[in-house]
Amino acid sequence: MSVLIFIDQSDGHVKKSSLEAITYGADIAKQLGIAAEGIVLGTVSDDLTALGKYGISKIHQVNNNALDHVDAQLYAKIIAEAVTLSGAKILVFSHNQTGKAVAARVAARLKAGIVSGACALPDTSNGFVVKKTVFSGKAFANISILSDIKVISLNPNSYQTIAGEGIATIADLNITVAPSRIKVTAINKVSGEIPLTEADIVVSGGRGLKGPENWGILLDLAKELGAATACSRPVGDAHWRPHHEHVGQTGVQVAPNLYIAIGISGAIQHLAGVNRSKVIVVINKDAEAPFFKAADYGIVGDAFEVVPQLTAAIKKMKASV
Amino acid sequence: MKILVCISKTPDTTAKIAFTDGNTKFDEANVQWIINPYDEWYSLVRAIELKEKDAAVSIHLITVGNADSEPIIRKALALGGDEAIRVNSNSNDAYFIATQIASIANEGGYDLIFTGKETIDYNGSSIGGMIAELTDAPFISLATKFELVGTTATITREIDGGEEVADVILPLVVSCQKGVAEQRIPNMRGIMAARTKPLKVVEPTDADTLSSIISFELPPAKAGVKLVAADNVSELVRLLHEEAKAI
Repeated sequence: MSVLIFIDQSDGHVKKSSLEAITYGADIAKQLGIAAEGIVLGTVSDDLTALGKYGISKIHQVNNNALDHVDAQLYAKIIAEAVTLSGAKILVFSHNQTGKAVAARVAARLKAGIVSGACALPDTSNGFVVKKTVFSGKAFANISILSDIKVISLNPNSYQTIAGEGIATIADLNITVAPSRIKVTAINKVSGEIPLTEADIVVSGGRGLKGPENWGILLDLAKELGAATACSRPVGDAHWRPHHEHVGQTGVQVAPNLYIAIGISGAIQHLAGVNRSKVIVVINKDAEAPFFKAADYGIVGDAFEVVPQLTAAIKKMKASV
Repeated sequence: MKILVCISKTPDTTAKIAFTDGNTKFDEANVQWIINPYDEWYSLVRAIELKEKDAAVSIHLITVGNADSEPIIRKALALGGDEAIRVNSNSNDAYFIATQIASIANEGGYDLIFTGKETIDYNGSSIGGMIAELTDAPFISLATKFELVGTTATITREIDGGEEVADVILPLVVSCQKGVAEQRIPNMRGIMAARTKPLKVVEPTDADTLSSIISFELPPAKAGVKLVAADNVSELVRLLHEEAKAI
């Protein structure tokens, strides 16, 4: 009996959201007094043994470049086989893009109950109950998993990664990989940009910025903070910014440590995409903007004056520490 | 060419979220119900566009829900779609629901199954992947673009830090999000036509329930915003650095 954690990689590098999933899975194993192991698919350039410091003793790897693209069908088959081979009873994913493609599929294959979007360790005092976010972050639900094998996918940025000591052993998993029915023809990655869902800090702009030509002040602030950039729905719809930057109920849901909203009024649909952020700062010239009610810090003022000052003040602060 | 579009009933995006019966049930009082936006704006509209291009396409809608779901499925029919199936069950368990849809999908011989990327109430993102597994079809998640030539679909999907374009030969399950299509408003002709479109009600097939909701919680209220004067931006930086430890 063990916990098996799916380690997601992109271009050979282990994702930050996977480190959270490993820490989370290892903590479940500790709670139950069982082992925690990992599984990674495809070719990886990072040193996998170092992941032992997040609490896993062993990593199963199917080192085959046919798995460098995520095909949910192949992934599910292999992961399910690994669960059976390793005797794992709990399977942990990050609820990131890969997790959303694969976790439920594996669960169906194993006939295992799933909680996707978990945000806390399971309560194992009476059954197996996992807390997850529902209603786009406006509430939580405690869900009991009734099956023998349990699948959990963990919301990114909701569990603290803790590095301790330890080295994991790598075990090659000899599983035949079937040909993929998905033929990848192009991958377009925005180089140099921080993926929105993995960012610690997000700087987001709304209609208050009046037009795409005014985004410079926001980009300067984001650059100074090492932040990802985002926007509200009207901004995405007006093509002021690429639509993948749209944060909200029907766009991307983010949960960074810091979300800075500039010129966004804070409609309930926008809040649904950001209310899992740890700290929210709102800059808006309208003191009545509903966003201030959901914010931790706020400035009532003109973004065109406040934002450049903020960038300068951060630069100054950084220089002094 | 047969397309199955999965439709879910969710509270309106502005609905007040509250719970009753000792926080074990969602409070449905005064809640306005809508078609889950991802199901409606993206997957259903894209299916309709495919039908507009090729009259040989037939669109079936499916929902797993009790009789309360009928206004939603009629609204979906008003947008487009030829007929609808309602599986008469109020289950919240993803595996149970996916098994119902997969059972109908296997019988119906669909070439393409569309779901939204998630429902806005339980945010599970589970049904599409499960249907794909239970029907042994490829699954493309989080699609932002969907094109079809003959039996080859070209799909752009969101991946970490970018997008991936892939070709897949049907049959196929796709979960849709923003980018796949644009929201439409049903017109009067559609609404009238929807009244007479077939809506078949079937009882659920035997399936296991693998999870159950024990209780709900609301997040603790925010302490209230700390306002900083617009001419004192360095104070905000100090607070973010020293108090919030966010920068």
